[in-house]
Amino acid sequence: MAVTLVVNGTRRETEFAPETPLLWVLRDGFGLTGTKFGCGVAACGACTVHINGEAVRACQIALGDVWGDVTTIEGLSTGDTLAPLQQAWVRHQVAQCGYCQSGQIMQAAQLLAQTPAPTDDEIDAAMAGNLCRCGTYSAIRAAIHDAARALDGRRAG
Amino acid sequence: MSRLGKITRRTLLVGAVAVAGGAAFGIYQIRKPVTNPLRPEQGASLNPYVIIDQHGISIIAPRAEMGQGVHTTLAALVAEELDADWESVRVLHGPPAAAYFNAALAHGALPVPGYAMQDWQRSVTEGLGAATKLLGLQVTGGSTSTIDGFTRMRMAGASAREALKAVAAERLGVEIGALRTESGQVIAPDGTEIDYRDLAEAAATRPVPQVALRNPDDWKLLGRSLPRSDMRAKVTGQAQFSTDINLDGMKFATVRVCPYLGGGMAGFDPAPALALPGVEQVLDLGDGIAVVASNTWAAMQGAEAVQIDWTPSPLPATTDEMLDQIARAFDTRPNSTMRDQGSPDDLAAQIEVEYRAPFLAHSTMEPMGATALLQDGHLTLWVGNQAPREHAKVAADAAGIAVEDVTLHTVFLGGGFGRRVETDITRQAAALAAMLPQTPIRLTWSREEDMRHDFYRPAAIARMRGAVSDGRAVLFDAKIAAPSVTRAAIGRMIGREMGGPDKGHVEGAFDQPYAIPNYRVAGHLADLDVPIGFWRAVGNSFNGFFHESFIDELAHAAGRDPLQFRLDHVSAESPVAGGVLEAVRDLSGWGAPVPEGVGRGVAMTWSFGTPTAVVIDLEREGGKIRIARAFIACDPGLVLDPAIVRAQMESGLIYGLSAALMGEITFTDGRADQGNFPEYDALRIFNTPRIEVAIVQDNPHMGGVGEPGTPPAMPALANALFALTGQRVRELPLIKHADFLV
Repeated sequence: MAVTLVVNGTRRETEFAPETPLLWVLRDGFGLTGTKFGCGVAACGACTVHINGEAVRACQIALGDVWGDVTTIEGLSTGDTLAPLQQAWVRHQVAQCGYCQSGQIMQAAQLLAQTPAPTDDEIDAAMAGNLCRCGTYSAIRAAIHDAARALDGRRAG
Repeated sequence: MSRLGKITRRTLLVGAVAVAGGAAFGIYQIRKPVTNPLRPEQGASLNPYVIIDQHGISIIAPRAEMGQGVHTTLAALVAEELDADWESVRVLHGPPAAAYFNAALAHGALPVPGYAMQDWQRSVTEGLGAATKLLGLQVTGGSTSTIDGFTRMRMAGASAREALKAVAAERLGVEIGALRTESGQVIAPDGTEIDYRDLAEAAATRPVPQVALRNPDDWKLLGRSLPRSDMRAKVTGQAQFSTDINLDGMKFATVRVCPYLGGGMAGFDPAPALALPGVEQVLDLGDGIAVVASNTWAAMQGAEAVQIDWTPSPLPATTDEMLDQIARAFDTRPNSTMRDQGSPDDLAAQIEVEYRAPFLAHSTMEPMGATALLQDGHLTLWVGNQAPREHAKVAADAAGIAVEDVTLHTVFLGGGFGRRVETDITRQAAALAAMLPQTPIRLTWSREEDMRHDFYRPAAIARMRGAVSDGRAVLFDAKIAAPSVTRAAIGRMIGREMGGPDKGHVEGAFDQPYAIPNYRVAGHLADLDVPIGFWRAVGNSFNGFFHESFIDELAHAAGRDPLQFRLDHVSAESPVAGGVLEAVRDLSGWGAPVPEGVGRGVAMTWSFGTPTAVVIDLEREGGKIRIARAFIACDPGLVLDPAIVRAQMESGLIYGLSAALMGEITFTDGRADQGNFPEYDALRIFNTPRIEVAIVQDNPHMGGVGEPGTPPAMPALANALFALTGQRVRELPLIKHADFLV
């Protein structure tokens, strides 16, 4: 029995079993491989996506339980225009191997949506579940602050 | 078009931008000709590093991009001399090919400390470089990539540029010397511009001009921080890793191999798996099973459901018994005594202690994975790896075909750290593809499979004797026991055992630039068959901890400041290393009074050609210990990209701190007790220190940067703990001995 989802603004249908974690529907069913598998137990954050703007671990959300529109890293930018967070990530040259970065960016996006000017402590609290084995944390922190300033400027402007 | 041509074309297609009509430049040589593996179907390759097609310039990086930024720096070497426009250059990984041998791997082969290597010894290693070429080692490792590419890849850019100018000179009827080049164009004195794209095919047929390289003062790209070539793809989710390849009709697989290392499989019942929705097949791999399904999750559920009768591991039943076995190596004749100065046996030890370091997993963010398709007798593989030629050979063997019938795409690596030299994942993927011909297979390991089938950093034990007199060390006598990574990993790679003294086993201990009159380091090889392999910084990762913790003990025994004590022993032996200690002293403000509740430690390790010193500040915070600040100074000599060097230093430091703080793999009945991040974690953003990096460039020889940050981080952390608590911890990880914030 087909399940219908809205992913990055597009309605998609899948025959995957409803207990299948959203992660694998995105990757194996829809070919949206920007969302990564890291642990399968919500311990690393590599699979972070948004459901109705809320950052969730896609490895833990069953397809049948998805309660709203899904946004993945592929849906964050608009055409060739990168989202402010992605632009900040480029300015700070954050990524090393890059494998965790989709999840880091999706997690940071929720943080900035809720806390437009986060402190270091707020960043630490919000990003603690996202592991990076290359150790890009300093750059992540700097990029989040930078994106927050850019977004603030946009609002002010 | 030859098979090679098709192979190359496929490789380039995977780079996300199709090469339609390109040119790869001529045969390029320094001493002996190497065959250019690039044969684009309709274009020109000017040498193994440059392809010019109608879209522009592609630069071939012969080393894997695993986060260390090497695609950017290697491409910049070519682009600098080629006068290519950096923003429009594409960077692609090269196919497996002898042309891409890593000569710099041999720089570490001589049994002498890197800091003391004479010029004549360096030229001997050049000869050894030719030997690695004969072996055809196309390996990304040993922090060698930039050193290896530094001359060759600039020459590739320069000779391609001159070939393009020569064609333009003929067409325009002007002297070649009157032409200049800029942003991918040849420019004539009258302002006429000819795009490289219009010259490439003709240029590719020419003999290779021998050209002098530019003076570094004239560099436009090298020496400054460039935008990384892989950054945009990595912030948009477009960068392709091993399991990100989408192919029509693809099936999804995972494996479950005997977790009792060295054990096997007596039998299995696939029925419970086959009853699950989506599970299609359960295949026998000999020492385990593979499950093929309509999606990866179904495959993983299926793999768990298969009832398997494992046979036991021949390994000792507990980690303690393994360490006992390692300790028994002390009773055997040393394999090496690479440092042997003075008469250590004639001195009485004032301190006699034992250190221990545990087994460690690589724990790359991306679990092992690969995508494979055997179609009409030809195997195509997509796998992030650090040794493409070895992987291609193993794949051919597993699929029962000739290596010429293998196309291997080295995609991005989701972390390497030495793990992806190993060919196990490629062997499995190729075997599965051969069992299911015409069907694309995406093979993804679970995190548990990854952690339980690693090639671990070995556990190691050091027995140290030391003495001080008048504020100086007079005795440093170390015996180190561990299984040999060199023998295990190189043996797997080249198919024969390495003999002779094992330098990698004692690196980080025998080769440190200290002037101590009675100074000995002996290595004892332990006989223990836990699978072990190259783990970031290899032997330096445990020997650095042993050496620099014990130096700290000697400093305190002498009643000296530990940083000044090091400087006193190092400066005369190696001014370069002394300079690094001074740099970290100044960066950290060492010497100023340390506030109450703060502990400060220092360590310095010379590894992979780069002396690197670390200062760590610990602070008490709500009953816990926080790693508050880290200061790191290094001297890799000439720096080609400061931001990348800084990033690698931070990365190596955090990798080392993570291991020293909480990294430990233990075994029960030969099975790793840790299977996932909750049991084997690493530093996260909240407990990572604030980090400052100082880069010195006084080293006359270029050193590596991917690994040197890791070794000194571990002893600096332990030494800081001693400064804070007075507790000398001689066994990692530290979390077992002190209450850190984790």
